[in-house]
Amino acid sequence: MSVLAVVPIGPSDDEVLAAVEGVVATAFGRKTARLTPIPEPAGAFDAARGQWSAPEMLKALLSARPPEADRILGVTGRDLFVPVLSFVFGQAQMGGPTAVISLARISQAFSGLPEDRPLLLARARKEAVHELGHTFGLVHCPDPACPMSLSTGVVQVDRKGESLCASCAALVKERTPAARPPEGRTG
Amino acid sequence: MKATWRILVIDDEAVMRESLAAWLREDGYEVDTAASGREGIDKAREADYAIYFVDLKMPGGIDGIETMMEVKKLRPDASIVIITAYATVDTAITAMKEGALEYIVKPCNPQEISLLVTRIIKVRNLERENEILRRSLTGRWRFHDLLSKNPRMQEIFGLVRDVASLKSTVLITGESGTGKELVARALHFSGERAEGPFVGVSCAALTETLLESELFGHEKGAFTGAVERRKGKFELAEGGTIFLDEIGDISAKVQVDLLRALQERRFFRVGGSAEVTVDVRVVAATNADLAEEVRQGRFRDDLFYRLNVVAIHLPPLRERPEDVPLLARSFLERLSHELGKEAEDLSEGALKALLAHRWPGNVRELENAVERALVTAKGRVLTEDDFAFLRPVSEAAPGWSVPTHLPLSEVEKAVIAATLKRNDGNVKETAAVLGIDRSTLYDKLKRYGIER
Repeated sequence: MSVLAVVPIGPSDDEVLAAVEGVVATAFGRKTARLTPIPEPAGAFDAARGQWSAPEMLKALLSARPPEADRILGVTGRDLFVPVLSFVFGQAQMGGPTAVISLARISQAFSGLPEDRPLLLARARKEAVHELGHTFGLVHCPDPACPMSLSTGVVQVDRKGESLCASCAALVKERTPAARPPEGRTG
Repeated sequence: MKATWRILVIDDEAVMRESLAAWLREDGYEVDTAASGREGIDKAREADYAIYFVDLKMPGGIDGIETMMEVKKLRPDASIVIITAYATVDTAITAMKEGALEYIVKPCNPQEISLLVTRIIKVRNLERENEILRRSLTGRWRFHDLLSKNPRMQEIFGLVRDVASLKSTVLITGESGTGKELVARALHFSGERAEGPFVGVSCAALTETLLESELFGHEKGAFTGAVERRKGKFELAEGGTIFLDEIGDISAKVQVDLLRALQERRFFRVGGSAEVTVDVRVVAATNADLAEEVRQGRFRDDLFYRLNVVAIHLPPLRERPEDVPLLARSFLERLSHELGKEAEDLSEGALKALLAHRWPGNVRELENAVERALVTAKGRVLTEDDFAFLRPVSEAAPGWSVPTHLPLSEVEKAVIAATLKRNDGNVKETAAVLGIDRSTLYDKLKRYGIER
């Protein structure tokens, strides 16, 4: 059975990682494996923007992916960007093996508010499902309650749920190869 | 609806291009990319996109504004969004002046792009809906190859449907170019004879002897050149319809023969002694006032009544102006396809010019005008300038003075002779320039004794 690897990029936050592992195991029906943290890729930092490049993070994840994992999710505390946008909550390779989420902007501290751990954990769970959903080829969902709906701010993140809507879940199932019995034992 | 829309991202910087494309793909759009203005223009030539994101600064070759202008030439309705890192009011104004729909500064807020794309797609969806509605309306006004929303024409379509399966002779009258032959074809193809042949004869183009032989056929040796027996159009139309165009122009002798053929459905081939029987529906047409011709003694009244069992009079185009835009767009669609042109619509100004014209040559003249405009037009939308040739001659050629001392027939004769000479005796081109059909021109050449 395919494994979904979860890896901290830089300093790790065990509580967040555990929360993320739980939700993605349910949403995508597979085991998770936590890897030892990988260092933040040096070339990912853009001094002019004071932000970290999401595509560079994905590249680092691609080299860190163990052979038994068909997908890998990185979790970083850094504020991410893609060149054309001012920021992203996360990034994924559409239909590919890598995804990354950032905790920076989904933390209340980013808006100068007191930290709210349960809220951070809930947001991280939703964004983890969202980015991994893209690796299954899912596009943004018109249902605002589905975690695959587009969020360009925390208000939209808070409005959506953690469970994929029926049609997104069906698409994931369709794109997950059925578990086959080991060769030679078929009766 | 989302999945059917395609977006093109034109940016020389790979990271910018790919990151925007990836973001849009996550939103469910099909996205193509181009690494230069030239590549972008080539892609726009191959396919139409709902939105073109164009980077303003692309070193070497064509920059963003030039790319946008080229794309606009190919796709006048394109929604173009200029992207730039250089936020200056000047470039923004230039971009908008040249037709950009929006202007965004990178790195842009994800929400901004998301809203922008949603808004543009919404407009495109509405435009598409509108187009679909327009097409379905055109379908509603179509009857075989005829197209009209004029109430009188709609009544004619109804009458054609009603009499299509009868054997009664139909006389279609109307000015040149009003679609008499198309009505005849509609009669044939909506009736029980649709499987049989539709055979047309232009009575004005032939001399009396030739017309007789053309209609009824001839036996071998019937006249010089009749080297073998030949079937006439009546026989060829067996089981179907014979369409006698310009019936007002037939000689007294042919009138007699035709009357007999209509009464008895039997006739002799020229030079023949055996009677030929046929099952043919006769539809005749003329642009002359046949009742007046009867009063003047030039047309047999018994033949007229025999032909005029069902009468259909087609109104001239100037009496049904509502059809001008409908027909012009329909011709544009068909002719642009046939001529390999990419013109899609007519501007408001062009429609105004078409509506102001009198259309003496009716629908045929309108079709010729659209074709002529298409051939020379540069853009995807035909403008009033493309129809400049419709302006009155006095305006177009101020050196021409109108004679005020001549009978009308003399003026007509002079105009026809001069036009024919200018077109090196080519009847087809001369008829097109004069806005009359060929058979009418032949008739006039004969009447005025003009040598070709």
